[in-house]
Amino acid sequence: MLRIENLNKSFGDKKVLQDLNLEFERWTITMITGESGVGKTTLIRCLCGLETYDSGKILLQDEDTDNNRSIGLVFQNLNLFPHFTVMKNIIYPLIKVKKLEKRLAISKAEDLIEMLSLNGLEDHYEYQLSGGQKQRVAIARALAMEPNYLCFDEPTSALDYKLRDNVGKILQKVASKGRGVIVITHDRDFAQKYGDRIYELKNIYN
Amino acid sequence: MDYIFEITPFLLDGFKTTLWVFSITALFSIPLGIAVCLLRLSKIKIISLIIQTYILIMRGTPLLLQIIFIYFGLPIMGIVLNREVSVSIAFILNYAAYFGEIFRGGINSIDIGQFEAAKVLKLSKTTTYLGIILPQVFKIVLPSLGNELITLIKDTSLVYVLGLGDILRAAKTLSNKDATIIPLFIAGGIYLVFIWFVTILLKKVEMRFEYYK
Repeated sequence: MLRIENLNKSFGDKKVLQDLNLEFERWTITMITGESGVGKTTLIRCLCGLETYDSGKILLQDEDTDNNRSIGLVFQNLNLFPHFTVMKNIIYPLIKVKKLEKRLAISKAEDLIEMLSLNGLEDHYEYQLSGGQKQRVAIARALAMEPNYLCFDEPTSALDYKLRDNVGKILQKVASKGRGVIVITHDRDFAQKYGDRIYELKNIYN
Repeated sequence: MDYIFEITPFLLDGFKTTLWVFSITALFSIPLGIAVCLLRLSKIKIISLIIQTYILIMRGTPLLLQIIFIYFGLPIMGIVLNREVSVSIAFILNYAAYFGEIFRGGINSIDIGQFEAAKVLKLSKTTTYLGIILPQVFKIVLPSLGNELITLIKDTSLVYVLGLGDILRAAKTLSNKDATIIPLFIAGGIYLVFIWFVTILLKKVEMRFEYYK
């Protein structure tokens, strides 16, 4: 279980998160909705270690997530490495961080490429991919690191209805492999349709 | 025509100096420039401040003066260097400052998302810079880097101040001796051909980075 306890975060004088308590579980899709500016992205950035927080705790299976090793993130703008092919985007962290042999990293990447229907795109660069394909590469890259929890920041913001459902199915597939899926979304319909649990963040000033 | 054939070997002999000053400076000042840039961006204030001061001095004083200082000024402090070493140090230190600022501009233009993606994937800082950031920076800074390298070729003529015989000095000597401007024109032609060659090389390097957008 991933638990947030009394999390507080301010930017200067502006308090963004106040005494926030949330729980996330594996095998589950948790949607976080709320108006713009309520701190959804800040929350996810705190979870992934991109942002420090003022006080409170983020506990992963009752252990402090110092190194956040088990929480991955698919960014809203994906942030693929443009000078790498699809394959290299996936295997590079495996080789450099997980110290996997290239052969094993490729084999692992091939499984993810298969799972996310990216076959035939292994040697393509980011600029040669469509929006949906780029997103699936970003998901593959994050999944390759085998995080226990995978966060998605607005995964449907730039997609049409059909692709939105594809993303929903991918989220389900990821959760069915035993990972906790945490999704930030504005899209209430999407949240209702694919979320096992929905949290709505409220503006602390209202 | 006979005159041209007669003087060309002298000019090419001088060109050797131009070539080694250019090569040694390009070879060492580009990696040093990357180091300067990374230290300049250091979060440790004192390191960044020292590098900023170094850059200010290198860019704020003439290269000619720096060459003179290293060869004639350092012996006062007990550091005696020969002409070639003095010229090399002055050129490398001067150009590393310019290259450092070019690389800094390149790094600053990389989307913060690239750093964040690397961080979330747990890539080390060294891997992030060597594998993710610098290859992208190179593509961005290549035109500016090329510009600076071309300026360097022409700057090599400053070695005359220590009595080293470069191509321009050879041309000027011949011009004075034979009371003709032809050696200077030929020297200009040799510069032009060399810069043309370097430009083609740079274009080829730029094309190697065109595999992605």
